[in-house]
Amino acid sequence: MNNRLRTFIAGAVTFLCGAAVLLAQDVPEQVTARYTRWWLPDEATAIAGKIDDLFYIILWITSVVLVLVFAVMLVFLFRYRRRTGRRAVYYHGNTRLEIIWTVIPALIVIALGIVSRQLWAEIKSQAPTEEDALVINVRPRQFQWDIFYAGADGKFDTPDDIATINQLHVPSGRNVLVHLTAQDVIHSFFVPEFRIKQDAVPGMMTQIWFNVPNPGAYEIACAELCGLGHYRMRGYITVHSADDFSAWYSEQMQKKAVELAPPPAADTAAAAPADTAGAATADTSASVSQADTSATNP
Amino acid sequence: MESTLTVTEPTHTEAAHHDHPKLSWVEKYLFSLDHKVIGIQFMFSSLFFLLVGGALALVVRWQLGFPGQAVPAPFDLILPGSMAADGVIQPNGYNAAFTMHATFMVFFAIMPMMIGLFGNFLVPLQIGARDMAFPVLNMLSFWISVPAGILMLVSLYIDGGAAAGGWTSYAPLSAVEGFTGVGLGQNLWGISLLVLGVSSIMGAINYITTVINMRAPGMTMFRMPLPVWAIFITAILLLLALPVLSAAIVMLLMDRTLATNFFLPAGLSIAGTPMENVGGGQPLLWQHLFWFFGHPEVYIMILPAMGITSEILAVFARKPIFGYRAMVFSICGIAFLGWIVWGHHMFQSGMNPLLGTTFMISTMVIAVPSAIKVFNWLGTLWGGQIQFTVPMLNALAFVSMFTIGGLSGIFMASTAVDMFIHDTYFIVGHIHYVLFGGSLFAGFAGISYWYPKMFGRMMNPTIGKIHFWITFIAFNCTFFPMHILGVGGHMRRIFDPNVYGSLMHLQPVNTFITVSAIVLGFAQLLFIFNIFYSLRNGKKVGNNPWHANTLEWTIPSPAGHGNFDVVPTVYHGPYEYSSPMSDEDYLPQSQPVDGERAKLAQQMSH
Repeated sequence: MNNRLRTFIAGAVTFLCGAAVLLAQDVPEQVTARYTRWWLPDEATAIAGKIDDLFYIILWITSVVLVLVFAVMLVFLFRYRRRTGRRAVYYHGNTRLEIIWTVIPALIVIALGIVSRQLWAEIKSQAPTEEDALVINVRPRQFQWDIFYAGADGKFDTPDDIATINQLHVPSGRNVLVHLTAQDVIHSFFVPEFRIKQDAVPGMMTQIWFNVPNPGAYEIACAELCGLGHYRMRGYITVHSADDFSAWYSEQMQKKAVELAPPPAADTAAAAPADTAGAATADTSASVSQADTSATNP
Repeated sequence: MESTLTVTEPTHTEAAHHDHPKLSWVEKYLFSLDHKVIGIQFMFSSLFFLLVGGALALVVRWQLGFPGQAVPAPFDLILPGSMAADGVIQPNGYNAAFTMHATFMVFFAIMPMMIGLFGNFLVPLQIGARDMAFPVLNMLSFWISVPAGILMLVSLYIDGGAAAGGWTSYAPLSAVEGFTGVGLGQNLWGISLLVLGVSSIMGAINYITTVINMRAPGMTMFRMPLPVWAIFITAILLLLALPVLSAAIVMLLMDRTLATNFFLPAGLSIAGTPMENVGGGQPLLWQHLFWFFGHPEVYIMILPAMGITSEILAVFARKPIFGYRAMVFSICGIAFLGWIVWGHHMFQSGMNPLLGTTFMISTMVIAVPSAIKVFNWLGTLWGGQIQFTVPMLNALAFVSMFTIGGLSGIFMASTAVDMFIHDTYFIVGHIHYVLFGGSLFAGFAGISYWYPKMFGRMMNPTIGKIHFWITFIAFNCTFFPMHILGVGGHMRRIFDPNVYGSLMHLQPVNTFITVSAIVLGFAQLLFIFNIFYSLRNGKKVGNNPWHANTLEWTIPSPAGHGNFDVVPTVYHGPYEYSSPMSDEDYLPQSQPVDGERAKLAQQMSH
């Protein structure tokens, strides 16, 4: 099956799964359905495609070398097995051959290094800035992914931050920049279909970005041993269409605003300023319940 | 050579063997100062720990192959209580199982076999010395490794269980008891390795001094057999790398027990509650220190294996090693470059990505000397008269399996591809192709090759061949599919992959690997059996059953105390097989041919 066909099928299946997810509004059971291959998972992003291309280049080169070495070895083992009446060749080596089989592998690995460096730079040095991306804070701990969105005020670590546990919602077709800081031990944010992996370290901030063209549902795996529950630190990424993501996000902001609003007063005179159903108010009502909300952010 | 030790140490003059006092059984076999006995002691201890490490591997594989099922009787009896409940492996026990599997294999099986056994046994013999430079230090090097091993074994069975932070023991996970739930077990892990480090450093000092100072006349550096070169360079790596590990472990133990913060940053919390009195530490510091040791460590484990393979290929192809100098320079190149690649274990760690690029370059470059060695081994086979003895079969397995392991390393060297395969089973496949497919097959080759010199008898070749073929096939069935798992995104160190919808379909692969691993594990009992069986029933042999050139084959089998009645003089290199100057297809190093005696006399008269 060629790459394009595979990508198309992956995309179609992904889209269908994504649609089902949005309808079901639940943890996608369909995540199991599309995994049958004993090989690379679907490529869900452009970067995944580039990483796979490089993987295949290396696979091709190493396979050719392996086949050559094994073939030569088997031929020699057969041809030069001990037979009576023969004497082995009294030969100490060949400098020219040494040079050839030093230079050629060196050139191959240098070429691979150059290609790898370019892709690495694209992933790391040319990552989108905070202005170009939706920034999400992911703060893993033993044994869950604590996820934070900036909320209505667009700033993190304020009371209107939207928090979820293990549920990462992102829009399709947009850069998403994940800022990672672990709370206790080192964890690692791994999404196989995006081919991305980034350790989350306590005491420092690391980042990883992705841009998923199509809606779909994916799993987050923890890829750094973090203790007893390391194996069950599964998270979920739901990639929404742009509109659906806006709808989801607005709904979250509304819920948050209601949560932050002071309790309705007994008389109607005090009721008016307490109407915070709209998005933008943060100051007075926020300060009242500040102690509350910060306690819910682990 | 006279030893320069205390009066009670018997001195060995050329004709005076029968003059020194008779040794008691304890002095002769238990606390022997004879490098050959000490080497054999390391052999038995390393094989014992190979079985311990192998059993722990089967615990890991049992859980992955048959998740949630009880380990079948009677094997559940040896499981520590902290690892399993009613024979069913528990998550923390699983974490301890892979941690201790790797720890035992790396520190107590492979290192003692490659260096303790082969270094000790071969170096004095192959350079024409009567013993090591420091025989008492040598004896201590073995006997200090024993309490280290005991501590590690004890840690398996104590309350709270054994260390469970991986053999790499990353901080902060391993630096705070509450993060793993393991207390004393993790501390014992650290103390055991500190003790073992002393043993290794002692050995390293001995090998370096012996090779530099005690070579027989005519044994120039470039006439030394390749196992000696390999062990010499390895000893330098040991000397420089182990202290770094020891320092890191001391810091870790201090963080655990003395409330220091080498690896604990500010803001750390445990179970959602902020920790008190933490701050100023860096988790990445542990990784830099560990891997600065850890990468030379893996070359410590493979270089002696490469030396042994070179030796055995030349002997059984009846040809000089192809490119002797290139082989020596490759060993040196690998050892030197090995110091500047450690960051390739940390590409995804949060380390500056530009630093990642730097380490990628050095890692790509280190592939070249290894490639040179593989081509030179092929060149050694070309035009040979190849004998498929048991040592040769195992050495050929080394060449082929190391090639696979080395090539799989290229995927990881590429920072971008590594982003996907880091911490997956692809890495586990790579590790085992180089350590089992590489070092251990070389260990089988070396033990079966030098067994006659140790004990005066051959190992049974039929059992040897059966062991080889079952091992070779089961090894590939066990570890090749791990590359497939890794490519499928299967993480490592995962108690139950079926938690992930994206991994459930890989269960049949895991089950296949487990079944193969069980066959592989039990097949090693054949090798162990052969060793003991042949002690009494092996065919007795004379000085040189293999018709080899190196100096150990000029003396009786088994070699006597003091090795050489007369210290040999060396006239040429060790790989003069099928030389036209000799009627035989071999030419011992101490047997001169026309003109060599005169040439040496001329050199020595200057």
